[in-house]
Amino acid sequence: MTERFHDIALTVNGEEVRERVDARKTLVDFLREDLDLTGSHAGCEHGVCGACTVLLDGAIVRGCLTLAVQCDGARVVTIEGASDSGALADLQQAFQARNALQCGFCTPGMLLTAAALLAQGGVPSREKIREHFSGNYCRCTGYHAIIDAVESVARARAGGDA
Amino acid sequence: MKPAPFGFAKARSVEHAIALLGEHADARLLAGGQSLIATLNMRLSAPKLLIDINALDELKRIAVAGDWLEIGALVRHAEAERSPEIARHAPLLALALPHIAHPAIRNRGTIGGSIAYADPAAELPACLLALGGELVVASKAGRRVIKADEFFKGLFETALGPGDVLTAVRVPVAGADSRHGFAELARRHGDYALVGLAAAARAGGKTLRDVRLAFFGVGATAIRAPTAEAAVALGTDAVAALARDLDPEGDVQASAATRKHLAGVLLRRVVVQLAEPRA
Repeated sequence: MTERFHDIALTVNGEEVRERVDARKTLVDFLREDLDLTGSHAGCEHGVCGACTVLLDGAIVRGCLTLAVQCDGARVVTIEGASDSGALADLQQAFQARNALQCGFCTPGMLLTAAALLAQGGVPSREKIREHFSGNYCRCTGYHAIIDAVESVARARAGGDA
Repeated sequence: MKPAPFGFAKARSVEHAIALLGEHADARLLAGGQSLIATLNMRLSAPKLLIDINALDELKRIAVAGDWLEIGALVRHAEAERSPEIARHAPLLALALPHIAHPAIRNRGTIGGSIAYADPAAELPACLLALGGELVVASKAGRRVIKADEFFKGLFETALGPGDVLTAVRVPVAGADSRHGFAELARRHGDYALVGLAAAARAGGKTLRDVRLAFFGVGATAIRAPTAEAAVALGTDAVAALARDLDPEGDVQASAATRKHLAGVLLRRVVVQLAEPRA
């Protein structure tokens, strides 16, 4: 089995998917082009910007630095799935309330990256939040509003003031 | 950009990976892919075949064997960060790991991949040099162990041959007298370092011995700084001594003079860390 095209079976947002893929196709292109899930954005395509962030077996990864063919048997969740499940609702509201997005291109990656940080529990320091977001570019907001939004949700989830 | 076409095979074992490497010219091993896939996307590399080794559980172990901590090549950076064995037995690695790229990349990137890729500005090659680590390599001829001091040959060039599979890295288990220091400067947290320094030493009374300073981002490979090492051990002016060890080149990120200056700044910080007893 050293061929270029391979059959893969995986779950995407809880649904079983079977497709034949070209080995060179990245996960983000597979999601966007083959499955029409265009919420994951292809930005820099070399791992710098974070716009393509998706969950692979529960962990955030770069959709542009993972090949679709490697995801045979894996569980992928995109911004569509995470959003529809309601798991991000408080983060989405906080982003909107604090103007933590303008053009929105980076937002899917920002939300999934935020969810991964908050899943660790507790209220991270602003420094820790900044460090965690070091791999996600936003060219509109200047980041402060994003950090504010994430911090406020962390506090609210911990039962403090929003 | 999109990668040029290539074939893809999943290795079922280290032996299978070695066999595939032997059967196919221009084949590359795919571990975490966090550097390789970027270079494929940019078409800086275009191998004919990728051999995916991600399913090889035998390369995912972290274990103490005698005086060595052995870390499987496929251990991901995020797993290493969470590993109590690494925190306890290799505190220098624990200091360095959070500086490697970003959380989403550390979830995929592997220890072995960072070492085999040998980026001159990467953290782990310097840590291995500072710790006097070793690399375990498998090939058709069998298994061999290469000292870190003899592993990094040049820019992105290592002692690995075309039929070799890096299976593990080994570092000496830290003792009560082990001292460590780590510092790096980058434009953005997680970017490749403008200059970085990984250091190890042993405390002996009021002085340090076996001082090993490994700078990265200042040459074609991570490099030791022997003159400064001797100065740190003697307690003389190590920053002045460093001028004899480093001859960095300037690039778009920083001039040679800036890099030299920053290397001295980091050395001052790391010498302070080396003087502190282990927590």
